[in-house]
Amino acid sequence: MSEKVLLVDDEADFISIMAERMEARGMEVSTATSAREALEMVEDRFFDAVVLDLMMPEMDGLEALKAFKEKNPDLQVIMLTGHATVEKGIEAIKLGAMDLVEKPADLGTLSEKIKKAQARKLILVEKHNEERIRKIIGTKGW
Amino acid sequence: MALNRDSTDTVGIRFFGKVTASVTHEIKNALAVINENAGLLEDLTVMSDRGVPIDPERLKVMAKKILTQVQRVDGIVKNMNGFAHSVDEDEKCIDLAELLNLVIRLAGRHAAMRGVSLEMAPVDGAVMVTTVPFALENLVWLCLEYAMGVCGNGKRICLIPEKTTTGARIRITRLESLSAGTADPFPTERETSLSGVIGADLALDAVAGEITVTLLPKPGAAAG
Repeated sequence: MSEKVLLVDDEADFISIMAERMEARGMEVSTATSAREALEMVEDRFFDAVVLDLMMPEMDGLEALKAFKEKNPDLQVIMLTGHATVEKGIEAIKLGAMDLVEKPADLGTLSEKIKKAQARKLILVEKHNEERIRKIIGTKGW
Repeated sequence: MALNRDSTDTVGIRFFGKVTASVTHEIKNALAVINENAGLLEDLTVMSDRGVPIDPERLKVMAKKILTQVQRVDGIVKNMNGFAHSVDEDEKCIDLAELLNLVIRLAGRHAAMRGVSLEMAPVDGAVMVTTVPFALENLVWLCLEYAMGVCGNGKRICLIPEKTTTGARIRITRLESLSAGTADPFPTERETSLSGVIGADLALDAVAGEITVTLLPKPGAAAG
């Protein structure tokens, strides 16, 4: 099953080429050049992973990460960073980021992390389905 | 005013650190684009080995994108080099507009992160002053940091270098919310210490929405 990925970075040239290379590797890729645009996209669309730049104008990556997690706590977010300070990295993981990748990113490494994100997402979906079924069984008198 | 050298040195190191962090971050972004283009070239080569022809137009576009990024990095490095050379001499006769343009370029990304645009008013002739370039750049940077929080919905800050009868001044204008201020006090000891080092007066005009840095004449130095 192809991985559904949302790439979020204000560097349009960067995400357009990265998206093309990911698509060539069988992924289904959407892009957004701002956190606000990305937040609208996750409202009504399903993504296995969101690859999010840490430093963006207006709403930065950490703020965006918080907003993503509020909308959907199961969303798997991989942070992209041009300057990986330990503090920012720890803050991102505390806020629920799945992982961090430093720029310039190696596509092989990033693809591996996206696959892991998809696997995690599937486990979470299955867990939610199980809970839902258990709840239904518990409330019905079968 | 008593100068607090330790304090201005610490402020200066922080300023240097902030500028370096911002510049290296921007270089990393440009490298990331170059890296992706190199990766795409590699992908196209692999596809070509499998018999998929390479479109020369595609290569032209990629070459142009790489060139754009190289020019971008060249500009960033030039700015950083100019900034690094501002500590070559304690005091120097400089063109105020050139110094302000350098600070605007260095602070560009920082401002963009806050959705603010920085611009320089057209200057009629050079405004030459003898000053401590690094300390003045630092003071302008700190004023801009504060200005970004009080520029209101306009989100535009205009810098104006001007000659005065006794020297020169810098007007930081279009600060629509200056009267409302921010949670942070301004000027603090950092700005007053730097003003002391430079020999400048720092004033806020809430009605006009302006911060003014007036450079007082150095003994024996004539303002241009």
